[in-house]
Amino acid sequence: MVKEKSHWKESLNLVVSLLLIWFIASLGCSILWRDWLDEHAFKVGNAPFGFWMAQQGSIIVFILLLFIYAIGMNKLDKKYHN
Amino acid sequence: MDQKLINFIFIGLSFAVYIVIAIRSRAGSTKEYYTAGGGVSPLANGMATAADWMSAATFISMAGAVAISGYDASRFLMGWTGGFVLLTILMVPYLRKFGKATVPDFVGDRYYSRMARGVAVVCAIFICMTYIMGQMRGVGVVFSQLFGIGIPAGVVIGASIVFFYAGIGGMKGITYTQVAQYCVMAFAYTIPAIFISIALTNNMIPQLGLIGDFTAGDPDAVPISFLDKINEINTQIGFQEYTSGKLSKINMFCITAALMCGTAGLPHVIVRFFTVKDVAAVRKSACWTLLFIAVIYLTAPAIGAFSRVNLIQELHQTHYKEVPTWFKDFEKTQQMAWVDKNGDGKIQYFGPAKSQENTYTVFKGKQPTYKSASKDGSLELGSLGQRLLTNEIDNSNPNELWFGNDVMVMANPQMAGLPKWVIGLLMSGCIAAALSTAAGLLLVLSTSISHDLMKKIIKPSLSDKEEINYARVASFVALVVAAYFGINPPSAFIAKTVAFAFGLAASSFFPTLLIGIFSKRMNKEGAIAGMLTGILFTLGYIIYFQFLGGKPSQYLWGITPEGIGFLGMILNFIVSFTVARFTPAPSQEIQDLVENIRSPKGVGAAVEH
Repeated sequence: MVKEKSHWKESLNLVVSLLLIWFIASLGCSILWRDWLDEHAFKVGNAPFGFWMAQQGSIIVFILLLFIYAIGMNKLDKKYHN
Repeated sequence: MDQKLINFIFIGLSFAVYIVIAIRSRAGSTKEYYTAGGGVSPLANGMATAADWMSAATFISMAGAVAISGYDASRFLMGWTGGFVLLTILMVPYLRKFGKATVPDFVGDRYYSRMARGVAVVCAIFICMTYIMGQMRGVGVVFSQLFGIGIPAGVVIGASIVFFYAGIGGMKGITYTQVAQYCVMAFAYTIPAIFISIALTNNMIPQLGLIGDFTAGDPDAVPISFLDKINEINTQIGFQEYTSGKLSKINMFCITAALMCGTAGLPHVIVRFFTVKDVAAVRKSACWTLLFIAVIYLTAPAIGAFSRVNLIQELHQTHYKEVPTWFKDFEKTQQMAWVDKNGDGKIQYFGPAKSQENTYTVFKGKQPTYKSASKDGSLELGSLGQRLLTNEIDNSNPNELWFGNDVMVMANPQMAGLPKWVIGLLMSGCIAAALSTAAGLLLVLSTSISHDLMKKIIKPSLSDKEEINYARVASFVALVVAAYFGINPPSAFIAKTVAFAFGLAASSFFPTLLIGIFSKRMNKEGAIAGMLTGILFTLGYIIYFQFLGGKPSQYLWGITPEGIGFLGMILNFIVSFTVARFTPAPSQEIQDLVENIRSPKGVGAAVEH
């Protein structure tokens, strides 16, 4: 039971940190802080950063997040349920 | 060779493949009908899920939405992919561990109540219906283009094909046919984009072309950034800059968030993950799915921008006598129309900034209307050969060109003058997209009715065979209703209709499933009250503004019906927790059940069928 509890806790930590990045990349950079980023952040090719995040960048971040999640969770499973 | 013949050859070939697969794996027992026997590999499942995901809305309508609204359309791009992340890390592994075939099953058991199950069934039906409506419209657009007929007839033909197709295969047929469909779609979407990208930006990767230089103009001129070029074109004719949006920040936020959370609550996609063997395989499968989806989603912004440039360059200020033939084809199928307001014989395309009233509607009403063809089948034409409308002309602005947004992707290769086989390939891709999602949705809808409603609530003594019969009747009825709304769509373009379905899912299932997994204290009273509040609020708002004539000035904080699902969701959370506080906690048994689904251990046993 103790093992189950700490497995749950660690997986929650992973999920929450991934969600944080998820929020920053999509709703954050692409919508909320978009105007500021367009003006002040670097350009991707010829595209302003906020615009690029909204149309391409966030999707790339999403794919990376899922790969990290799959690897991280499989590690946790091994650690606790061997 | 004739373009039509090539289209039919491509579509015929792809259909032959799907049907062979579907018949060879004809569903046996009921269990197999629902979840394909439980043993599909993560990669194959990833592709099939991607095909399920990429509906007609994505495939046909999304790039059109990007073309017309530039930055604003990012809501669809991010909403549908970002939602997939939520789905994967918050829902799917746990629901998979729980191991029941449908979402109402989970809701019914977790909240130990028939009523909760019943409410979930009703929500599922509403969500799937709204979603299928959008798909039927897509099917109609494609078939009308294929046969050169109006959209209503296209919808009817498409609906019959979907019914036949979903009926014979069940999920097992669909899993493997969807793998084939994904391949068709991916090629059909990316190949035209590559050709056009080379033509406009001299870069064979469309995603890089989009952020690269525009090279199609005068070869001696200093190269200009492609995005600057499209901004310039847009502002010259009176539209907002392509890279800046028109939607308010709060509205954009709400719509994107509603699409994301709705994605995570969409029943037909959740069911997909019951087809792999354990939780680790689910996670792997989800990675593949998003990767396959991204192939299309990362190409859509490029297609949208390219087609906008092509459309304006080909049509704006062109005399009707020199207009490309594809324009006349689209006039025939009622997807493009021209009204010569100033009588100069040239097509003018102008945005809202060119009129005092800030409008650019060509005529009154949502769709162009025509006199019915005369007895010998000829259409009523104007002096230059253009098709005449019966709509009242809107003379408050100088814009003369109307086109349905949904037609952009299909018109794209023709506008760019690509070879005929590319167009044929694209047509088969469009049909694959429309069919795969419609069939998957139909399956969920019909099982919700036959399994969750009939067997679990109304008549538990139902035999397997009767259950399948109920499922078939339910899918027939659903299709008829969906076809009606496909002919009379509730909004201007497919992606928008589909956004309503996601709003409904966000406000009903998403919070209920989420709390069901992450809180042991949530009880049936809270869940039922939450779901009901969420879906009624959202549905009411949508119906009021789409059907009962609500004015935009009455929007709550400027949030459009597309984004209202987000508020509905917050209401659902608040109501659920408040009600749960004042009502008794669930029994120890239920709390143990929640404990159990959180641990991935022991999942293998649940699926060895």
